[in-house]
Amino acid sequence: MRIVIKNGRVIDPASGTDDRLDVVLSGGRVEAIDRNIKTSAEDEIIDAEGSLVLPGLIDMHVHFREPGREDVETILGGSMVAAKSGFTSVCTMPNTTPVIDNQALVRFIIMEAAKGPINVFPAANITKGGKGAEISEMGELIKGGAVAFTDDGMPVTSSITMRRALEYSRMFGAPILSHAEDKSLADEGLMNEGLNSIRLGLKGIPREAEEVMIARDILLARLTKGKVHFCHVSSEGSVEIIRRGKNDKINVTCETAPHYFSLTDDEVEELMSMAKMNPPLRTENDRRGIIEGLRDGTIDVIATDHAPHSPNEKMQEMEYAPFGIIGLETSVPLIITELVRKNNFSYLQAFAKVTCNPAGILNLDRGVLKSGGHADITIVNPERKIKVDEQFLMSKCKNTPFTGRELFGSIEYTICNGKIVYRRG
Amino acid sequence: MNALNRKDLLDIKSLSPEEILLICDTAKYFKDVFTRDVKTVPVLRGKTVCTLFYEPSTRTRLSFELAAKMLSANTINVPVTTSSVVKGESLIDTVRTLEAMKADYIVMRHAASLAPHFLSKNIDGSVINGGDGFHAHPTQALLDTYSIIEKRGTLKGLHIGIIGDIKHSRVARSDLLAFKKLGAKVTLCGPSTLLPDEFEQYGVDMTYDFDELLPDLDVVNMLRIQRERQQGSLFPSIREYNLLYCLTEERFAKCKSDVIIMHPGPMNRGIEIDDAIADHPNSIINEQVTNGVAVRMAVFYLLAGGTPFKDEENQEA
Repeated sequence: MRIVIKNGRVIDPASGTDDRLDVVLSGGRVEAIDRNIKTSAEDEIIDAEGSLVLPGLIDMHVHFREPGREDVETILGGSMVAAKSGFTSVCTMPNTTPVIDNQALVRFIIMEAAKGPINVFPAANITKGGKGAEISEMGELIKGGAVAFTDDGMPVTSSITMRRALEYSRMFGAPILSHAEDKSLADEGLMNEGLNSIRLGLKGIPREAEEVMIARDILLARLTKGKVHFCHVSSEGSVEIIRRGKNDKINVTCETAPHYFSLTDDEVEELMSMAKMNPPLRTENDRRGIIEGLRDGTIDVIATDHAPHSPNEKMQEMEYAPFGIIGLETSVPLIITELVRKNNFSYLQAFAKVTCNPAGILNLDRGVLKSGGHADITIVNPERKIKVDEQFLMSKCKNTPFTGRELFGSIEYTICNGKIVYRRG
Repeated sequence: MNALNRKDLLDIKSLSPEEILLICDTAKYFKDVFTRDVKTVPVLRGKTVCTLFYEPSTRTRLSFELAAKMLSANTINVPVTTSSVVKGESLIDTVRTLEAMKADYIVMRHAASLAPHFLSKNIDGSVINGGDGFHAHPTQALLDTYSIIEKRGTLKGLHIGIIGDIKHSRVARSDLLAFKKLGAKVTLCGPSTLLPDEFEQYGVDMTYDFDELLPDLDVVNMLRIQRERQQGSLFPSIREYNLLYCLTEERFAKCKSDVIIMHPGPMNRGIEIDDAIADHPNSIINEQVTNGVAVRMAVFYLLAGGTPFKDEENQEA
């Protein structure tokens, strides 16, 4: 049976297409993209009038907590939240318990994901046990299905280990996803170091804790010709350093998260642990820097760093609560509200960050809309408002600073490998 | 509601200058009460005050407890250590248990900044902040303010120096807010590692040079230096700290003759303040402790809905 998506505004950042076109899906593939496609009685017809028809979205940085913390989230549960949020592909971070540093665990994730609605691409650890000492068996991990390497949550402190990881991963073309943080400089801080941290008496994390590691890893990428991608960039200075690295033709890419272009550390006093994440929310100047980095292409990707934590863990004194917020469900609404509506991003520009750009970095054959390609499609109504509340949030954990906000952009359909995996109820 | 129009006392930031003066005026009345022979008044009869201290403290907890007892409240003390929290019951659950036992007022000290603010959002009872992390210590600032008013009648036009580890001091943060609100000029002084530039946001002066500052001060408020800061490389040695920032007899000689010497306690004698100065007639350090009880009585009284005392002599300009 064919699915025909009629009357939508097709946005395909990879080809620069922004046009009113129909899309035909069949057998898990895109059969045709054209004007006024003839339909037959057997076709399932989706009227996408007023909506954007996008390549299935990709979130290249999520935590699904399985194995180890299935009480908080699972691969299946997280995949369902992703589908509801318009994402047809995610890259899962390996800082689970145990960490993903061997092929059996990579296969476990892929097997669990097969029960779910979307494509899950696991990242595996850079180092054995995530301990930052010996590099993991990258060749075997890649054969098992890993698409990238990261010790996310913990930086690779040793420069020589990072050098070896960049050198060794080169032969597989897989990126090293760097969680850039100088832990000694971060000094167990809880929020951005600045006026607010001083006022609130909370230990600060200077932006330089992020920036020195970004500078180091760019230099190591230059040395090794390895492929480094920076996770969750949060400061204007980081954007500047990466911009320079790109100008110097070093193989560097990066992502930011929606909260870094939507919020600042002014929110911490009111939201406390709900505004606690690592790296922390920075200042308005940084927020502007992140937006400009997205605009000029220095920042390639928007990824959520979706990090579920149980209510009990978050409902604590800010100092004891864990870092991290959920992000999948608010990602598209924040991209539309903050970038397209408030900062005049074109849809092509904004959605490249969650389609072809992450696909390119992770070497995925996804994130594009083309005849013969995978039938991964996300249909978004950019004019329809959503309200972030208990009812809207499907995620088991509700740790988000956006509760109560009304945002533009509702997911109408998510189609993955030709199957409708989410339809707005 | 009550004359303070709030259920909690969390910080100085949220108090208006008028409210600070109201608390000080009320404290004056209670100081008269508790320096007489029969010290109790029935303001909080039948009410329960619970002191919940997640950080060791003697004087602040005793001061609150005494204040509550003199107002005829039932008092319970729940001593908790940080370690038992980490492995045990959450703060919210602990306090809900106390609420279930009908505690009317929770006085909390906590090592984590904003813990009382977090608590107040999640319980119905009244929360009084007895000091949270590096953030706030409102009753200390109120008693310091009261103590200065008692000596000088007003804070307007006074130059107050706060000296020591500003960065890690909740007393400094609350004091400077209260002093500024009542029109004093405030200068912060300490080593550069303990005096971040971000304090400029408060509209205070800052200096590293204690000797240059001293002759101009009307009030010298010395802070306790935590020895463990030295291990974090924030200053090279206690000896060097003492050399640069101790209020010695030699330094005291440069002060105005009517200078007021304060310290929130407990003091490190011989480290940030010399014996002779701590016990000098210009020092009001013991008076501060007495005033602490009066100020905390005033806070309980006003939060309990007590009306301001009309006292002709008690007008603060």
